[in-house]
Amino acid sequence: MDLILSSLDILARWDVILALLVGSVGGVLIGAIPGVGPAVAIAILLPATFSMDPIVGLTVLLGIYGSSMYGGAIPAILINTPGTAVNALTTYDGYPMTARGEGRRALSLAYSASFFGGIFSVICLILFAPVLAKVAPLFGSREIFLAALLGIILVVIAHRGQTLIAAALACFGIFLNTIGLEAVKYTRRYTFEQSWLASGIDLIVVVLGLFALSQAFLLLQGEDEKVRTTRLRGGLFQGFRELGKHPRVASVSAGFGVLMGMIPGVGEFTAQFLSYTYAQKTSKRPEDFGHGSSEGLIASETANNAVPAAAMVPLLALGIPGEALTAMMLSVFYVHNVVPGPGLFQNQMDFVVALYLALLILNVLVLVFLLVGTRPLIQVVKIPNRFLGACILTLSFVGVYSLRNSVTDCMLAAAFGVFGFVLKRLSLPIVPIILGMVLGGIMEVKLRASMSRVKTPLDFIERPVAMILFLIILTILAVHARRVWLDYKERRERRWSTRHASTRFEAQLYRRRSFLSAERGKKVRERRNPYSPRSTDGS
Amino acid sequence: MSEDPATKVIGRLRGQFLFAAIFLGGAALLLSQLGNQTTWANKTDLVAQPGFWPAVGVGGMVLFGGLHLLRLPRRRLARDDWQEGCTWLSVVEFAAWFLVYVVVVPLLGYLPTTLVFMPVLLWRLGYRSRGVLAAGVIFGGAIVVVFKTFLNVRIPGGAVYEFLPDAMRNIFIVNF
Repeated sequence: MDLILSSLDILARWDVILALLVGSVGGVLIGAIPGVGPAVAIAILLPATFSMDPIVGLTVLLGIYGSSMYGGAIPAILINTPGTAVNALTTYDGYPMTARGEGRRALSLAYSASFFGGIFSVICLILFAPVLAKVAPLFGSREIFLAALLGIILVVIAHRGQTLIAAALACFGIFLNTIGLEAVKYTRRYTFEQSWLASGIDLIVVVLGLFALSQAFLLLQGEDEKVRTTRLRGGLFQGFRELGKHPRVASVSAGFGVLMGMIPGVGEFTAQFLSYTYAQKTSKRPEDFGHGSSEGLIASETANNAVPAAAMVPLLALGIPGEALTAMMLSVFYVHNVVPGPGLFQNQMDFVVALYLALLILNVLVLVFLLVGTRPLIQVVKIPNRFLGACILTLSFVGVYSLRNSVTDCMLAAAFGVFGFVLKRLSLPIVPIILGMVLGGIMEVKLRASMSRVKTPLDFIERPVAMILFLIILTILAVHARRVWLDYKERRERRWSTRHASTRFEAQLYRRRSFLSAERGKKVRERRNPYSPRSTDGS
Repeated sequence: MSEDPATKVIGRLRGQFLFAAIFLGGAALLLSQLGNQTTWANKTDLVAQPGFWPAVGVGGMVLFGGLHLLRLPRRRLARDDWQEGCTWLSVVEFAAWFLVYVVVVPLLGYLPTTLVFMPVLLWRLGYRSRGVLAAGVIFGGAIVVVFKTFLNVRIPGGAVYEFLPDAMRNIFIVNF
């Protein structure tokens, strides 16, 4: 109880309350505009939060992270376009409900399910915090190295079908982090005798380029879309009553969200996939899924909103971000010399609980805001894409230029923006680059620190936690290798079974010619064959 | 012929080979510079060598980038790859707009540059309606007020502010 009170004391400041309001309302707005997303907003706001207290800055960023998914459900349900990437599954059941005139019911269900997911995960983690505080000190340098390695491996293999390029991009991130003056031997690495490269490439510059500027370029290069919204009828509270009829689906989905959020590199998509599959398999009406099932909507929205609080666990307890948004938040800690990790849980537990309480309050604020302001909020989806692109371009300037007032940083960010644009055009992942940069730096420091106390390679995994992490890594790699082999076999079999002729015009002409000459040859052979009976039709 | 589902998840096929080839070429070039661009420290473990992590990075880029290239369903450049490459180059124009904005802000000041930049860019994008152009100006002004006036982000005052009268000069340098 004392812990909760001291945490509330940290939050009882006007700037924190303002940050909560800005974060919640801003997050919902950003989430509701398709094409912006929390990553772009957090990247832009990141340098502005450096001048704030850690609790204020982190509350704004957490607010945007936690509330954007609420907002993202609005266009997903009303116009079949997810506001944020994680709301894609919401369109499966949300939009069919709108199509049959139940848009308000779908929105209400999405809000209540999101609220339940958010509150469930925060309460779980507040209760779980004392256990984490006991486990976190068991992580020394080698355990943190192995956990970071596990995080990179999970991020890479989470991109099924793109594992190789995801691994290559993660390695690119690791490489980017090494550029500049090395901190131990003071030697230059890949600076090509350029003084501006000696201080290295700033993470924020890369993040702003890859997320914000690339998105601006994508929107500026594209076309405006005509959006038609639906008139909403009915109350917004009916969703709570309906959610109460499906407590099992809601709690299991929230549980999946909490578990998947805590594992680095896994996140919302896996949590949603597991929850949705579970809900469909255990439903009495599985055929409704994808056609406006309330259970499907509850499963997807509960799972994705349970993730943000859980995603803070590896960041706060071990200093290891599990995905791009928490990787950006890590820089807020570093700027203020607050080192997240086992020490934070031991010495500043009230700070950790204060962050969770902020998330709890935020969920309430967002719900109230949505219940009151949904009708005017719907209008934001009508903002033209290219206008948005121009806005993001102008906002990105604040993010990059305010870092060091450096034109070079802006040029680098623009270059990364073009690179990010190319990756987005090719549907290739950006997150491995960011995690490669952040986790690569952690791995370098921790491996060097741990090797000074290791004589043989086996000493590295002599401690129980290190051994467990090592075994988990081996198991994951073995499971992935098996899956790759099965995919390969399946692909080969499919190729054998579906191989048929090319559809190219030249190939079709060639086949026609072959057919005609074969037919003609058959007739000629038939005519010349003395043993075949002659035709009697006179031709 | 229907596309093989296993290759569908790789991403868009158009431009994929061009990207993979450029990525692999760049990575190989960086790997070839490993000896020149890093230093070998005597009496130091391999993992503590300054070049160890750059080697992991560029080595991984070459290895996985090469394997990705080999796994692509189409391993030759087609016409649509070049068309996709032209689309990539087309956004360099917007990168140039951004850099011009960056260069002009310290000269003309954050507020005047933004108030001019937004409508001009919107005009270039094809918007002609007064409403949209005015919305651009209002949005630009709002950005400056929120970030520079209220959040005090570090953006220097414009060089032209030096020509303003004393009282106004300070206000403009600090707030706009």
